[in-house]
This record gives sequence, C-alpha cells and structure tokens, in this order.
Amino acid sequence: MAERYKLWGSLVILGCFHVVILFAGFFAPYSFATQDRAMPFAPPTRLHWVDRSGRFHARPFVYALKADPESPGTYRTDYSRRYPLRAFVDGSPYRIAAVLPSELHLLGVEEPGRIFLLGSDGYGRDQLSRFLYGGQISLVAGILAAVMSVSLGTFIGTLAGFYGGSIDEALMRGTELFLGLPWLYLLFAVRAVLPLHIAEWQVFLLLVAILGLVGCARPARLIRGVALGAKERNFVLAARGFGASDMYLISRHVLPQTGGVVLTQLALLVPTYVLAEVTLTFLGFGVGEPLASWGSLLSALQQYYVLSSYWWMFLPALLLAALFLAYYAAADAIQGRLKSVYF
Amino acid sequence: MRLGNCSSAGIVMALSLAFPGPLVLLPGAGGDLGRSGGKIVVALRAEPKTLNPVLAADAPSRDVIRCLTADLIHINRATQRTEPALAKSWSVSRDGKQYTLELRQGLRFSDGSPFSADDVVFSFEVYLDGNIHSPQRDLLVVGGKPLTVRKIDDYTVRFDLEQPYAAAERIFDDIAMLPKHRLENAYREGRFSQEWNLSTPPAEFTGMGPFRLKEYVPGQEIGLERNPYYWKQDQKGNRLPYLDQVLFEFVPSEDAQVIRFESQESDILTRLSAENFSVLEKQEQARRYHLHDLGPGLEYNFLFFNLNDIASKGLPEIAKKQAWFMDERFRQAVSAAIDREGIVRLVYKGRATPLWGNVTPGNRFWVNTKIPHPPRSLDRARELLREAGFRSNRDGALVDARGNAVEFSILASSSNAQRMQIATIIQDDLSHLGMNVHVVSLEFRAVVDRLMNSHDFEACIMGLTSGDADPNSEMNVWLSSGSTHLWHTGETQPATPWEAEIDRLMQQQLITLDAAERKHLYDRVQEILAEEVPVISLVSPNILVGAMDRVGNFEPAILDPYALWNVDQLYVH
Repeated sequence: MAERYKLWGSLVILGCFHVVILFAGFFAPYSFATQDRAMPFAPPTRLHWVDRSGRFHARPFVYALKADPESPGTYRTDYSRRYPLRAFVDGSPYRIAAVLPSELHLLGVEEPGRIFLLGSDGYGRDQLSRFLYGGQISLVAGILAAVMSVSLGTFIGTLAGFYGGSIDEALMRGTELFLGLPWLYLLFAVRAVLPLHIAEWQVFLLLVAILGLVGCARPARLIRGVALGAKERNFVLAARGFGASDMYLISRHVLPQTGGVVLTQLALLVPTYVLAEVTLTFLGFGVGEPLASWGSLLSALQQYYVLSSYWWMFLPALLLAALFLAYYAAADAIQGRLKSVYF
Repeated sequence: MRLGNCSSAGIVMALSLAFPGPLVLLPGAGGDLGRSGGKIVVALRAEPKTLNPVLAADAPSRDVIRCLTADLIHINRATQRTEPALAKSWSVSRDGKQYTLELRQGLRFSDGSPFSADDVVFSFEVYLDGNIHSPQRDLLVVGGKPLTVRKIDDYTVRFDLEQPYAAAERIFDDIAMLPKHRLENAYREGRFSQEWNLSTPPAEFTGMGPFRLKEYVPGQEIGLERNPYYWKQDQKGNRLPYLDQVLFEFVPSEDAQVIRFESQESDILTRLSAENFSVLEKQEQARRYHLHDLGPGLEYNFLFFNLNDIASKGLPEIAKKQAWFMDERFRQAVSAAIDREGIVRLVYKGRATPLWGNVTPGNRFWVNTKIPHPPRSLDRARELLREAGFRSNRDGALVDARGNAVEFSILASSSNAQRMQIATIIQDDLSHLGMNVHVVSLEFRAVVDRLMNSHDFEACIMGLTSGDADPNSEMNVWLSSGSTHLWHTGETQPATPWEAEIDRLMQQQLITLDAAERKHLYDRVQEILAEEVPVISLVSPNILVGAMDRVGNFEPAILDPYALWNVDQLYVH
C-alpha cells in the first residue's frame, strides 16, 4: 500500500511540476528578460491581507519597495499605496510550447507595483519567472538527454548482452572510451571553435547531445546485464528452438524485460542531467543571456557576497532539491515494483 | 623643488639638492612622522613567479620587487609627477635627445656595497639585451631604437635618445637598479635568466629598496625586513622605512582576502570589488579599519565593433554587418542608448564612474573636461539610426536599408564577471532600439585570439588600464599601427581621415616637450575619439582599498601600486 502511495504520489508531484513548467509563461508574472533597474536584488515581495489601519481584505495585496537612501542596496516598504493581487492579467507576450502565442498570466499587480515572489536578481529580474522559464530549458534538456542516453544505452546494451563475444567486447569498450574522455576540456575546446552565430536552440541541442552521448555508458552496462540474464531464460531458449530469429527474440522477449531498468534509469538520470546542465552553465557553456536556465540562476551564488547578503537567491536551489527528491522517490518506487513483479 | 615634467621647450636646468650625504629628505612629505618598528601583513592574489626585476611580468612579482628595489627617477603616485630618486637631478639637452642624470653619492645596496654609475650602466645593459627578453625593454625603445647609456663619471650617467621624447624622464620609473657586483658574472656567462628566482637564498638578493628579502615560504608567504642602508629619511632626519617587516601572504581568492582582513589577520586590502566593499563597509567602525573609495583609476572599459579588413578571412556574415559598424552614426546611436548610470549602479554598486572618453577623471592633468557627457537618450539613438537609413519593421525589430535585421553578438571574457554583466545590460538597452544582441562568453585567451588573429568577432567588451597617466603609454592603442588598436589591428595605413589625424596628433605630442602644447594635442585626440567613437567608453571602476586603523601614513593613490607605493613611509601605531 505504502509503495503504491509513494509511486503515485511522486508521479503526481512530478506531473504538477512539469505542467507548471510547460505553461511557464502563464504561471510566471513577468518575462525572463524584463529588467527593473531600480530594483536590483529586491527581497521577496510579501503578501498582506491586513493593511496598516487594521482592515482585513479578502484579496491579498502588496506594497511597493523603494530604495532606502540611507543605506544603499536595501529597500524600505512604501505603505502609501496598496497593489491588490489580480488574477488572469494581460502581461508580457509568450508562446505556449513555443507555438501558441498568448499574453495571459495567472498573477499580476498593477504597474508600478511589483510582485517578486522569490525576489529579484542583480538586474531587477523576477526570480520566480526566471525559475519557471529556466525549467523549460534545464528540465527539457535533462529529459531529452536522459531519453537519448537510455535509448542509446538500451540499444547498445541489448546487442552486447544478447550476442556476447566480440560484439560485446567492442561495444562495451567503445562506451567506456566515451566515459574516459576528459569531456570538460573537450567542451572548452568545442566552445572556442564554435562560430559566434550559433543560435540558442543549437547550443541547447548540442548540450543535450553531449550529455546524452557521454552518459550512455552506465545504462548500457545495466541493460547488458539484464539482456545477459534474459537470453538464458527458458521461454527464450524454447522460442529459439522453434526457429525464432534473433530480431524476434530481442524485440519480443528480451526488451520487455529491460523495461523496469529503463524506467528506473530514466527517473534517476533526469536529475543527474539537470545538474550537469547546471554545472556546464556555471562554467559558461549554457544558453546565453538573457535566457534563463537553472544553471544561470544558481551560478549567481558562486560569489560570497550574494550568499551572505541576498538569501532569496538560494530559493531556486531548494526548489530544485524538492524536484530531485520527487524524481528519486519515483525511481525508488519503480524499483520496488520491479522487485515484486520480476524476481 | 619641482623637477619632473619639462615645462618649456629647450634646456631645463635642473636644480640639485644640496645634500651631501646619502640620506635624503622626503620631498613634500604628506605623511606624518611615524614610529619605528612593527610589521604589516599584505595579501597577494597569487604567488610571485620570480624576484628578478628584469624578468618579472606578473603583478604579484612586481609588487614584491618594488619593495626591494629603487629606480633613478620615480613617479610619485599621489601627485602623478616625477621626482628624483636615486638620481638627485637631471638635465636635458636643447634638442631633447640627451638626458644627463646626477646620481646621489654615498648610497649603498642592502648588503652594504656602494652604488655608483657602474651599476646603472650594467642595469640598462641587461634591460636592453635582446636575448634576455625583458618585458620592460619596449619601454626603453624610443623612435625605434633603444636608448644608449654612457658613464660620464662615477656619479653621472648620460642617456641618448633617437628622437626627442616628451616626458622621457617617466621612462625611468620602476626600472630597478641592479647590483653589478652580484649579477655581472651570471650575466656575462649567460646565466642571468636563472638568477634571482624563487629558489635563490635570501642572502644573495640585494637592492636599493626600503626592504630586503628575509625569507620565502613556498605556497605561503614572502617576508621582507628593513634595509638598514636605505637612502631616504623623513623630515626629522630619521632613517626610513619605519616598518621592521612586511609580510606578503598568498591568498588566492578575493573572498578569502576579505575574510582575513575582517578578522584582522591582514592589514591592507588593495583593489576590492564593489560588492566586498559594501560588505566590509557595514562593519567599519566596529572592527577598526578604514575603507577608501579613491574614485576612478586609469582603467577604462569599452564596447567596440569589428572594423578590421576581413575580406581575406572568409567571414561573409561579419563582412555584411560591418556595413553597419563602419557607419559612425550607428556607433553613436549605440553609445546614446547605453545606460551608463545603470551599469555604475547595478554592476559596481555605484562605485564606478561613467565614461564618455578614454581618459578617466582620475587622470587629473590629461583628462579633457570639455568633451560632452550626453545623458542616455533612446530618442537621440533612434534619430541617428534613422539618419543612417535604419528603420523598424512590423515586429519592432530594427532593419537596415536593405531589410536585414540588425543582429550581432558581443564577446566578453568569462573570467571577468563585471564585463559579462555590462554585456547583459547593454543587450537589454539595445533591445529597446530593436537590435537583437547576443552575449557570448569565452575564455580570455580565446577572446584575445579572435580579436588579434582570426578577427572572428562582431563586437566586444574589453577593458584597458593605462600604464601611466601620461598619454605616451596609450600610443599603442590609438596609433593606427599600434598593437592594441583593437577595433582595427594590422593597419598598414590609417583607414579613415580621422584616424590619420589622430596618428598625426599622437606622433606630435610624443616629441613635443612643452606640457601645455601636449595637453592641447591630446585634448584634440580625445575630442575626435568622442565624436567618432571607434570605442564606446563605458565606465571606470573606482579604486577601492582598505587598511587597518593601526597602519599610519596610509595614503592610497589611483596609480598602481595603490596602497604600497609609499611603503617606506608606512608605520604602525
């Protein structure tokens, strides 16, 4: 029972996360690039229900922040005007799934009020909006790379495990070669010779391809193990005795047995690749400004003064941690179900 | 006793100080009389690579070497003018090509050996030796030929220049005098490059500086102790330096330096970033240190476009865009649209100065205060673009006369966080004009390669720091044939009439000995640069330093070395 709750619970959380990120433009109050140069490093906007005179308002509202002239870099709340929170407002244009244009946003406040629910960064850009838009890049990169890795790994591993012998040797040593490459330095070299006009989506795909290729060794090894075991099963030997071809055996009997491992690997690799994208962006390989990715959000934390003075910059990291926990829980739950079904 | 810049063409008769002995009065000492004794700790960003003054190129090596050596004529970092050092006076011939320096008599190296003209001649022989490849050799080449040195007598040396050279006495600054008795053998035997490296025992070093090497602990620190034979004294006649010891500790990251300073483990912090300055500012009273914002130094950051001849390079995309870049109205429009105040506020937390020219206000004598400082104006930018034939299309993007959308990339070095941030702000600014700008960050050497060799770039944000307040140090940037003429390297002749004019003006001021005349010429250069904007000047970061209250006579200046230029006058309360 508990296992089932764990699986469906984590899948629901993941589902919600992904839907919100898919519709990032709708859920984000602002665009990822809108700078408010008067509000750099503004703390998270507080929602109020009770105003200064003690009156309760059913609709929450916010106050504006003004730079404090006495201590530069900090803000004072300006209680002179309330900005009620509004729903389904028209704001900056965006495209749903990069196709459908829209201008509808879930939340907003009237100008010149600002609703920075997670605070703002050094250019006065809303961190929440950048987190959601950033998810579109980082999460999709992670998922695509994981799918690529696992597909490639399954292909290689199945062949290696099923046929064995020299094919097995060749394939396994080949993937290990990939694992052994100093990919960080390779990336520096690649970046330096890339033309300057490379479009953002091309950088993105290159990133995905590199992550996917380099990371296929581990799933390949695991799938190979499954295939090795699978090909010795009675029903497989029986089918072979009946004259089944290799292709038939692989597609009908071996591959289905890898299903569990594939799913678990997917669930584990997505967070790994998201983190890899974060790391690469830290080092300057990610998508360029002003596009947001989780890596660019977190790379601001590299500096001491940001950590010490602007605590809200750390919130995206906490949200990421929550996301990863959900993925690991899902992987765990799938693993648990695997055990009960197959072994 | 203002020696220094030649103030009139022709002969400048130098007055010599009538001081017989080796000890010298501190000229115009702004400092207090200090107490003898004590030690200060200074953090170095990296470990020095060598202690050989002739070979040192990196900043940490030079910082330490400056404490150990002395030069003939020194640029006072506070006044930005020259003053006598080991040479007590000098005279210039009428044609400006011959300098005769009178050395102080009776001076000794830190090991007690006497200092004389032989050491000077030997030192210059080493600096000018082409096989030694000293980074400072180029500074001693005037008019294509290195200067020649002749000993007249034990305390007089004559220098001959190929052509008259304005403010030539500034060349001598930081050219450390070497001890002939220690280094000549090694030099004659061809071993000079191995001398005075980090594994040399301290006792073998000797110099004319306020301190001498005491010990070197690899990976940790370099300790200096007082030079008992130092030739300067304060107004009361006490021999300098005041300090007994100076300890340089190697602390690689600025954040670590800040933490050490906060916990009073080091006494002096040089070149803070604005963020760390604000962090430290909050505790200034409680922790008994004092921070200084000295205003702009000589560094200027700028945006420039690729105006190189790339016909033979196979870069058709960039060649098409050069049609925009080469139009000065396009560059002026970009300059008008950039939010310099925003950059100062957001990137430097207010601790920087916006620039509209290459000479910063910190360069008090040479800055042309009359060039206009127009505030940011998108309207003016759009008007300029309209004049140049650009217009907005239906989607709001800017297109040129042939319908091509204006799109280009700005290159910035990934190791410099500030330049990346400036690029991001400029990207946003130009998006208001409808330009689609990308920010590309590359490793520093990859950037330099694209700028100098492959010319495969469109726009770039770069910063340069003048070596000296004097415009001669900027020749390489503004001369069309100069090696750092970044927007168009490798020109065999000036590409535009105004570049030809700048060439003429810079060459002229190089050989003009009259300071007022030079100022007039260089003012005109700055006017032309502000009008044609081959580089769009952006900001100059302020020089931010700090010191513990216990350090006396701390008089930081905006010229490098900002905090330690008067290390011989520093003392501890």
